[in-house]
Amino acid sequence: MPVLIFIDHSEGHIKKASFEALTYGADAAKQLGTTAEGLLLGTVSDDLASLGKYGITKVHQVNNANLDHVDTQVYAKAIEEAVKVIGADILVFSHNQTGKAVAPTVAARLKAGIVTGAVSLPDTSNGFVVKKSVFSGKAFANVNITSAIKIISLNPNSYKIVAAEGTAEINQLNIPITEGKIKVTATNKVSGEVPLTEAEIVVSGGRGLKGPENWGIVEDLAHALHAATACSRPVADSHWRPHHEHVGQTGIQIAPNLYIALGISGAIQHLAGVNRSKIIVVINKDPEAPFFKAADYGIVGDVFDVVPKLTEEMKKLHNA
Amino acid sequence: MKILVCISKTPDTTSKIAFKDGNTKFEENGVQWIINPYDEWYALVRAIELKEKDASIVLHIISVGGADYDPVIRKALALGGDEAIRVNTTNSDTYYIAAQIAEVAKQGAYDLIFTGKETIDYNSSAIGGLLAGMLDLPYVSLATKFELNGTTAVVNREIEGGDEVCEVALPVIVSCEKGVAEQRIPNMRGIMAARTKPLKVVEPAAVEALTNVVNYELPPAKAGVKLVSPDNVAELVRLLHEEAKVI
Repeated sequence: MPVLIFIDHSEGHIKKASFEALTYGADAAKQLGTTAEGLLLGTVSDDLASLGKYGITKVHQVNNANLDHVDTQVYAKAIEEAVKVIGADILVFSHNQTGKAVAPTVAARLKAGIVTGAVSLPDTSNGFVVKKSVFSGKAFANVNITSAIKIISLNPNSYKIVAAEGTAEINQLNIPITEGKIKVTATNKVSGEVPLTEAEIVVSGGRGLKGPENWGIVEDLAHALHAATACSRPVADSHWRPHHEHVGQTGIQIAPNLYIALGISGAIQHLAGVNRSKIIVVINKDPEAPFFKAADYGIVGDVFDVVPKLTEEMKKLHNA
Repeated sequence: MKILVCISKTPDTTSKIAFKDGNTKFEENGVQWIINPYDEWYALVRAIELKEKDASIVLHIISVGGADYDPVIRKALALGGDEAIRVNTTNSDTYYIAAQIAEVAKQGAYDLIFTGKETIDYNSSAIGGLLAGMLDLPYVSLATKFELNGTTAVVNREIEGGDEVCEVALPVIVSCEKGVAEQRIPNMRGIMAARTKPLKVVEPAAVEALTNVVNYELPPAKAGVKLVSPDNVAELVRLLHEEAKVI
């Protein structure tokens, strides 16, 4: 039975998190001696056959106007039908906004055990054990799934995308699609910004920036690095920056390759949101800031002095 | 109108995370327990605000756990709500927990079910979706704003880099995050009133758990910070480029 990977997309393009899920699903299938196939609900302008390069053999596509926005009732029923037709017993989602809505709804319909926030391939030496992030990134749990159908929702930025040669067969899946009850009346999207949860580099500012008028230096550094911008909780609570930029235990949890913290002291709640980052750089004028203990690199210095210099050096590197 | 708010008990956000019994159990020694912040600050407070606007709203709180959950359930009742239900079990599989809530929800005929977006201990973000699947109800996840317009819910939900506005007729299940409401502190009158509010304990329905935790791990410790002089910013760029290879 194949591993089936849910392919998430937005504005006509497949999300980066789905390339991770595809690579993960293909690797899991290889380990289990089976094949991996993708499932895409709706339409994209990207070339689906080329998804074969992530190791999948087939892409099933369901094209129906009711799939234009996420309605978990419609999506879950469609995926349930697709799973029956394809005969999959392991489903892989991305633990992003869409996956958080859809994967558990599918789990309920298929009576499938679900592990969300997975960070590594299943270990099948004794059961079917998947490692997941718990305590907001402060620990991991190894969870055994005992049901016949198993659902894994993969944490973004926790599995390396591997692309090789390969072409996937495209199969238009003809399954009944229900009418949804959710009507989307408006979309508010800040265009041109790198989405925070998908960003490989994140530049984040804290109270040390002293006020919203000083965010230019954060944005300049982010632009130089093609990075997303973020902030600490006090900054969001003071409305210096929008809530969707707040990273931390009660905000968004992220795991970029590089997290640069500017003027953030590093309270335990903030660390919980960022400690899965591969490399952490802290710039703070207080040498006693607890964040330095969790950092890989640090500069003890004034952000207003250091950050513009850092931006210049980054630009030099990119132009070199 | 009837609203059901699902709450869970979690360690305080400043708790030291450690494990015992061969890393199979969370070390509860010295841990302060709180209502899961997403459940309390956003889901419960928004439900209380709705009830304050419309006194005819009946507000129930549900939690799935052992007797050790009672203090946080009383705290929730001190903030507001008419009564609480605790399903008496210590099983922690998300499917199992959602199935218990679904049983109670079926009997209660709720118009609106609120959850937090996730708990800060297991971070599963799955209860709302599981409930939606079990009850075959519409589900709006990661709400940042919630309004009622008669019997229609108008909800802003998070998408990558923004949000979208959804309209859906009740009944609906909504998972709440920051933006939906602001944290409140219970007052003395609420604390006194909570003592006499009903806290019903019901035994769990026969449901099979579909997962179990084998053990826990702590992440490897960091090697220690490498400090660079503020006068030599170029050195930091070199290290990030050549040593860490992240830029």
